[in-house]
Parts: sequence; structure tokens; C-alpha cells
Amino acid sequence: MVVSQDNIKTKAAVFAILENVADPEVPVLSILDLGIVRDVIVLADDAVEVLITPTYSGCPAMSMIAANIKMELLSQGFKQVKITEMLSPAWSTDWMSISGKDKLRVYGIAPPQYNTAVNPHEGDAVVPCPRCESTNTQLISQFGSTACKALYKCNDCLEPFDYFKCH
Amino acid sequence: MYPSLIKYILQLADNSLIHGHRLSEWCGHGPILEVDIALSNIALDQIGAARSFYQYAAALEGNQKTEDSYPYHRDVRSFYNVLLLELPKGNFGDTIVRSFFFDAFQFELYSALLKSTDTQIAAIAEKSLKEVTYHLRFSSEWLVRLGDGTAESQHKIQKSVYAYWDYCGEMFDMSDAEKDMLSAGVSVNTVALKSNWEQTVANTLEEATLSYPLAKENAWFHKGGKNGIHTEHLGFLLAEMQYLQKSYPGAEW
Repeated sequence: MVVSQDNIKTKAAVFAILENVADPEVPVLSILDLGIVRDVIVLADDAVEVLITPTYSGCPAMSMIAANIKMELLSQGFKQVKITEMLSPAWSTDWMSISGKDKLRVYGIAPPQYNTAVNPHEGDAVVPCPRCESTNTQLISQFGSTACKALYKCNDCLEPFDYFKCH
Repeated sequence: MYPSLIKYILQLADNSLIHGHRLSEWCGHGPILEVDIALSNIALDQIGAARSFYQYAAALEGNQKTEDSYPYHRDVRSFYNVLLLELPKGNFGDTIVRSFFFDAFQFELYSALLKSTDTQIAAIAEKSLKEVTYHLRFSSEWLVRLGDGTAESQHKIQKSVYAYWDYCGEMFDMSDAEKDMLSAGVSVNTVALKSNWEQTVANTLEEATLSYPLAKENAWFHKGGKNGIHTEHLGFLLAEMQYLQKSYPGAEW
């Protein structure tokens, strides 16, 4: 296939469209913020393939995300949308965008605290409270309301909060 | 019968599915809310991994198979999970001990499968290993908490350790499918995983102030699951899990 100038524009355009697709569990995050879109391949003017990777194996949001991507692209004029799931390399919170982490904090979820490639062991990470910014917090449970989150409590403002754990 | 590669993939898948199904029985019944959520999350990870393996098996087998063909349309004798995982969930301590023994095994297994020459199996292992690391931490922490807890909790959990011990040997006993796939580098030599597993178990039991069951060379253990010979419990589990598809074949929602 000859890649025309138009197609290159289209790939960027597809990414711009995908910015509108939100994570169903954490609606302030787009799927680009989350880092689950691995690539976009424009097959023709009206056909596109989107490669995505699941966050966790059993994440029930994945099929909904795939459906939402399809609907969004179809509504923007694409006729054929193929969604391909990639398992390797395995998704990591290291791929989450900086703006995504800021959006999480504002939303009330503590964002991942470090890069897993640099520090592979979660260990005794200090997780600041997303409400009062106190670092006097404690882990309640490694498993929270969704697979990607742990449950914490702030010892100063006493609010429980979700922590998007490093993965 | 299935060719060895598919049988091997089904063995990996069935372990995750049956373990996930048993854990899902705790949903709404956990001793405290956080544990209920944790066990449900782990069940979801396991069933998700099983799904990836079933999708792969279906793609290889063709013949109009789908990921649902394997969990819903096979009978007991065509399931290849180890016996340890199909036993009734028991009390909370039983579930913790059984999960711990299996999590520690699955951690070693997936670590080794990262080097599988089958890239799809390696990819699923890579994905799942990150999750199994959480599972192992959870079951280890509860083992220590219950072992080094009250006299009653220690008594109960020690009993569970002895009860499930005789089922652990099967995890390391190579099935024909595992042996067949070994020379091509698809499967791993599970016998070689045993010393690391024993070390993890010994360390955690010691921290939990529990006794380590004597592991004699060639000690007897329950087996059969990997070759489709199961306890009576799997039939009851499948009867419940497959009920809808058996009553209304092909039902969708």
C-alpha cells in the first residue's frame, strides 16, 4: 500500500478522535491517557485498525472500550474498523500520560507513584491523599473497586480513597 | 482426542478457570468486605487468563470452536486441571492455603513460560505474571496472619496445610502433553520448578509459625486431573457452570 500524505494526516486524525473515547470505569481518563492504544494502522481512506492492550486480564471494561472505539470511529466516517488485542508487551502504568495522572488526582484517585521499570517492587510506596495531600496514609487492601486500584485511607483527613496501583 | 499443544493450552486454561470459579463462590460471602473484593478480583484475573488461553486454543483448533466451546461444552473427563483446584472451597483458611500453594506454583510456572517458544503462550504468561504476583502476596499475607494469629486460627490453618499438602505433588508431575511439548520448548519442566516452590512455601510457613509437612522423596500424592481423571467435585462444579448452555444451547445475551 502506498502511504499518501492524506493517510499520514488520517493517522493523526484517528488519534485525535480516540482522545474522545473515555475509560468507562474512570471517565476522566481517555484511552490515550491510560496508554492502552498501542498503534493505529490506516488501511484505506475509510478503513482503520486499532491495536489495544488490556490493562488486567479479566478487566470487564475491555469489550466496552473496544465497542466504544468502534462506534466513535464509525460515527466519524470510517466504514471498517478492526480492533486487535495485543498481550505483549504487557500493559504498564508507566504508559499513563502525565496529564492522565493529573486528571486522576483531581478526580480523587491517587495516581501511580513511580515508574515500574525503575522500581519494580511496590514495597512501601508513600501514596499522598488526593484530597488533602497528606502523606500520612495507610493501605487498607491491595484490591479495590476495580482490578487496577488498591484501597487506602488518609490518617489526617480520615477519608478513604482509591489508589491506581503501579503495574 | 486433542493434539498435545491444544491439550497443554487447555491444561493451563482449566487450572485458571476452575481456580477462578471456586474463588468466585466467595463473591458476596467473604468474611469482610475487603477480602470479598480481593477474592472476586483474583477470580476475575484467573478467568480472564483462562479466556485468553481458550481463545488461543479455539484459533488453533479452528473447526468453528470459540472460547466458549471449552468451558461450556466439554464433560468432566476432558478437563485437565489439577485436583487441588476443584476441591470444594471449604472455609476461608482452606481457600487461603489452597490459593497460596497454587499461586506460588503459578508464579514459578509463568516466570518459566516467559521463555516459551510459543509466543502467544509467552505473551499470556507475561500478562498474567504481573497479576499472579499480587495474588501470591495476598495469599501469603493471609497465611501469615492466620498462622501467627489466635490459637484457633492457627489450629485451623495448620489443618488446612496438611489437608491440601497431598494434592500439591500433581502440579509438578509432568502430564503427557507437558512432556510432548517440552522438547519444542513450548512447555516447561515442572519438576525443575519444585525447589523454588518448596523454598517459598517453607519461608512463608515459617513466618506464619506453622509446621512444614515432611516432604519425603517420592512421597505419595493425589493425581489424575491432568489426564482427565477427577474427583466427584468437578462434576458438581461443571453442572452449575454449564447449566445454562446445556439447557439452552447457544444462548446469548
